Amino acid sequence: MQINKLIIILFLFFQGLSSAQAVLKIEITQGMEGATPIAIVPFDWVGSGLPPENINQIIAADLQRSGFFSPLPEQDMISRPGEASQVMFADWRALNVDYVVVGRMLSQPDGTFQIQFQLMDVHKGKQMAGYSIRSRQPELRTTAHQISDIIYKTVTDVDGAFDTHIAYITVTQNRKSERLYRLAIADADGHNEQIVFESSKPLMSPSWSPDGKQLAYVSFTSGRQEVYVQNVITRESRLVSSSKGLNGAPVWSPDGKQLALTLSKDGNPEIYVVNLSNNKFTRITRHYAIDTEATWMPDGKGLIFTSDRGGSPQLYQVELNRQGAVSRPKRITFDGNYNARASVSPDGKRVAMVHRENGRFTIAVQSLVNGRFQVLTTSRLDESPSFSPNGSMIIYATEDNYNGVLAAVSVDGRAHQRLSLQSGDVREPAWSPFK
Amino acid sequence: MASSFKYLLIATLVVTLTACKFGPVKKRTDADTADEAQTAMAEGEQGAGAEDQRYGADMGAGFTGQELDDPNSPLSKRVFYFDLDSSQLSVEDRDVIAAHANYLSMNQNVSVVLEGHADERGTREYNIALGERRAKAVLQLLLVQGVSNAQAQVISFGEERPVALDHDASAWRLNRRVEILYSGY
Repeated sequence: MQINKLIIILFLFFQGLSSAQAVLKIEITQGMEGATPIAIVPFDWVGSGLPPENINQIIAADLQRSGFFSPLPEQDMISRPGEASQVMFADWRALNVDYVVVGRMLSQPDGTFQIQFQLMDVHKGKQMAGYSIRSRQPELRTTAHQISDIIYKTVTDVDGAFDTHIAYITVTQNRKSERLYRLAIADADGHNEQIVFESSKPLMSPSWSPDGKQLAYVSFTSGRQEVYVQNVITRESRLVSSSKGLNGAPVWSPDGKQLALTLSKDGNPEIYVVNLSNNKFTRITRHYAIDTEATWMPDGKGLIFTSDRGGSPQLYQVELNRQGAVSRPKRITFDGNYNARASVSPDGKRVAMVHRENGRFTIAVQSLVNGRFQVLTTSRLDESPSFSPNGSMIIYATEDNYNGVLAAVSVDGRAHQRLSLQSGDVREPAWSPFK
Repeated sequence: MASSFKYLLIATLVVTLTACKFGPVKKRTDADTADEAQTAMAEGEQGAGAEDQRYGADMGAGFTGQELDDPNSPLSKRVFYFDLDSSQLSVEDRDVIAAHANYLSMNQNVSVVLEGHADERGTREYNIALGERRAKAVLQLLLVQGVSNAQAQVISFGEERPVALDHDASAWRLNRRVEILYSGY
């Protein structure tokens, strides 16, 4: 049941508010050896016509992407039970499956759907979880992701991050070679893309608010670099910073009340923190070198940022309180001569970064506990790492056949997947917090 | 901190003084300028200037006798290239920038935007900062030669606006650049 280098290509179609319908391809480029075998049996459909969504397929794709599960192909299933009482455990033991999920979707007279499912432990021969969830269109995919989260949590004891979003930037060119930049959000599996903002000028650096309702980003729409905050539901936006020089790299504080960002109004790039309720800016760094790309420690009491004060870009950490910096920035990376654009894991124990090695830019992760350093990817132009809210995966931007695509890797570097739009560049992914 | 900044200023001045050996900063007559134009062109052909002149010639199309429109003037060269991770200008480029400084200080109603750019390698926000550092290297040379702050504005696009779209060394070389954009051109 080991999947090594398993190639599965799923063509998934999604509609968004955008007029141009995009096609997203998800490719599991490297599965995990020793992934837990699980069977997601096709759900019984009680209703007329075809079921409005293939719930079991959405769940199987979610679990596959996590790298921790290896779903049994439907054609290999001997039986297709619709509920726990119909499960013959011996059949599934013979297929070397550790877990079986069975379920049923019932169409209700009021147009809603009742979705029942049960998770069974094949070896112990007993039920581990069972739920009945009422859902409606267009939330059926969300319900399927919630079921994936329950399965993942029950088996691994780690919160699943399937019912979350990603924000990213896309760049397309029309026939006249004019570029169109879009800030978009989508479900974590790439479906339901929605355009939040678009411009003929560059857009950069999306960052989620901790409540998952707002994005901070950089826009050149006015002709120069500015930082905006936008509500992704109401689409309402507000200018936060437009000072002389750079206004970049915004990142939301864990309490949602402040942004750390980069301003060069003092002559060269420095890290600032802005209080979003009174627009008061507090300067954090003071150095003639480049200081940029700040990210918060999960407790809000420190920042990790990129600085080339030592001659080449490296990560530095500084402690903070309400008044500003309370320590001198301390260098924390020493492997190689380029480590930049940190993303800190939700538990604060790891930092992911862009790392240069032999001219290639890869994603690396370093323990903030014992300093252990590990390179996770092998391509040459990887950037913008972002931790999933459960800390198990890192999504990042890479290049495939001269197109910018998104990819994800498990924090141990064993499971790899790729998400790509059919045309144009996709870049700067930011994984949302939990809902 | 403050003293480090002072060293930076001194370093800039030293660079500028070195540049003076090659490019005059005294007030010049038009005849002088024409001579230097030829010198700059000759130097450019030996150095990294060959591809640069292509941009200059594009800009200078439709020559009507104005210095800015003269394809043979050093002012026609408005793109300057940099090494990886570097904001150092070549001696030849400092010469040309001196000519721009001279033109701007004699024409205070003319203003320029200095656009800094980086290649696609490395992180986007760091590259924005690197593009700004490159544009400011050019700005410093203009300011110490008498151009007023109001005449020159810096903007960095980092790696967001490449001119060469390939993903190889020759494209990267063309994208690591500062462009001088004259208002109205």
